[in-house]
Amino acid sequence: MSEENQNNIIGGYYLPGLPQILLAPDKHAAWKKVNLAFQKVRDEIQNSGADLLLIYSTYWASVIGHQIQARPEPEWTHVDDQFHSLGEISYKFKMDAQFANSFEDECIDKGLTARTIDYHGFPIDTGSVVALKLINPDNKIPAVIVSSNVYSDRSETIILGKSARSAIEKTGKKAIVLCISSLSNRLLENTEENAEKIYSKKDEEWNQKVLEFFKEGRLEDLSQLSRQFHKEARVKKVNSYKPMWFMSSVMGETNDYDGEIYEYQTILGTGAAVVGFTPAPNKANQLEFDEESPDVYEGEKDVLGDIEFPERKNLSTKTDNSTGARS
Amino acid sequence: MKGQIVAGALAPHPPHLVYGENPPQNEPKSECGWEVLRWGYESLRENLNKVDHDVLIVHSPHWRTQTSTHFSGVERLKSLSVDPVFPNLFRYNYDMQVDVSLAEAMYEESKALGLPVEMMRNKNFRVDYGSIVSLHMVNPAWNKPVVVVSSQGGAQYYNIHVMQDIMTTLGKATKKAIEASGKKAVLLASHSLSHRHFVEEPEIPEDMSKEYIYNHGQYIWDMKMIELMKKGKMREFMDVLPDFTEMTEAETHGGGLIWMMSAMGYPEYPAKVHAYGTVIGTGNAVVEWQPQV
Repeated sequence: MSEENQNNIIGGYYLPGLPQILLAPDKHAAWKKVNLAFQKVRDEIQNSGADLLLIYSTYWASVIGHQIQARPEPEWTHVDDQFHSLGEISYKFKMDAQFANSFEDECIDKGLTARTIDYHGFPIDTGSVVALKLINPDNKIPAVIVSSNVYSDRSETIILGKSARSAIEKTGKKAIVLCISSLSNRLLENTEENAEKIYSKKDEEWNQKVLEFFKEGRLEDLSQLSRQFHKEARVKKVNSYKPMWFMSSVMGETNDYDGEIYEYQTILGTGAAVVGFTPAPNKANQLEFDEESPDVYEGEKDVLGDIEFPERKNLSTKTDNSTGARS
Repeated sequence: MKGQIVAGALAPHPPHLVYGENPPQNEPKSECGWEVLRWGYESLRENLNKVDHDVLIVHSPHWRTQTSTHFSGVERLKSLSVDPVFPNLFRYNYDMQVDVSLAEAMYEESKALGLPVEMMRNKNFRVDYGSIVSLHMVNPAWNKPVVVVSSQGGAQYYNIHVMQDIMTTLGKATKKAIEASGKKAVLLASHSLSHRHFVEEPEIPEDMSKEYIYNHGQYIWDMKMIELMKKGKMREFMDVLPDFTEMTEAETHGGGLIWMMSAMGYPEYPAKVHAYGTVIGTGNAVVEWQPQV
């Protein structure tokens, strides 16, 4: 990573997005601790000199490629689909529409499907709303939010991160990267007694493993652990756990970071970690880059199909009537 | 007088269908599109108009409440719904009356059967686009009260078999609540069949030369399931449903059809298939069950 590139990205944060943190912090000690950690993050960000908050939210699912929020001042009264009893969140945010367009251009140049979103009433996801209200309450720093495509896998998400990185470099923005996601994400039923519990011991063990990596600033190693973490500690709502792919990619695919755990609590079964990363050049001498780092998206390659059925390409259309097999 | 379920329908909710209709409530305007499915809905509407009913109850996978089932509990819900996935096609001003007493009865019956449930009481709550699309396509006049039922995440948290158990119980509770209410209800299972999308959209979204099924396997599965519906083999349908859901990423994972079939007692009479068509690669069928017919 060149020094110039690194200077463009001031740092990154991994943040939970449940509405309890914003709307009901005083109801439970764990929720309050996470809320207080957000306040620390807010103070750091507001004094960082950043002029862009780049948000990747796992709470915003897309199907048509990657959607980028570009409405200059989106405004709404938001109610969470699930935790509606907590009340409303009124918001008016400030988005960097110009950067959103640059980001879209970079995505398209790299082979991705992408589009900007500029509609009144578009439902900004709960995770992004919670984070922006807590860390950027006065809209001092413009933001951009990008969706998480339900079908995208590693290569596509890595290239999405590289597209963001290119846009940051080209626009000269001083950016902070924010990933909004739980660690383990299995919710327990919404009851008082579950308010501060973890869903299972296994989920907790995996959260602790990820926290070790976070603490050491090993972004790229975590990126490469994503599939395993998805398998072990995530509800399979989408095909993979993607935030670390995006975060590591946009932040240079390296372990050259210092990590700080501001807080870790369990909220209604899930792992809620507030973590910060600051660049630490040349910190990691041995980088564990095992998987390829694609630059242009060329579509899925049906690799498993060819391995499992090497004869597939040579199949004729003739069928043996006695066995049903194709010759 | 004992209430009853007078009809049930598989009522898919691609926002494209409302976009194709160009109702005044929807801001984006189209030239045409997805006519076969829209004509199917016309045919369904004609049939439902012949059946006296008091309320529409819709179960939608896009009101996702992971660990419990929620029921709409506010008398009037009015707002602008913008589809988070297709905001270019669906920005719809809705205004619906909710049958809160029936929703509360469904809540109580479900709770009595051991299901985790909640009532939604927030006046600023925005109804999901899936429910709105199905309700609009079935009753564009919006002249009947509705109950909106959320979809919990049993299929993803556990597996589709667990989801089937939960939705079967919810169906029984729904039937009991309707019977006790004395009302005549139409049930709507708001979802597609096979559900793998294309991730690119044509420049003109309603360009029908670009509309086809995502793959042949999905089509074969969709036809298999429709055949079972047409033959009135809904118990066999339920046996096959887990495999179908897995193989085609079917939206049946949300549980709507399971809930509706349980409430209707797994009809053994043929369903009326009004239409089948694809929307951005997914398979969609408009299907009706009417016990009286």
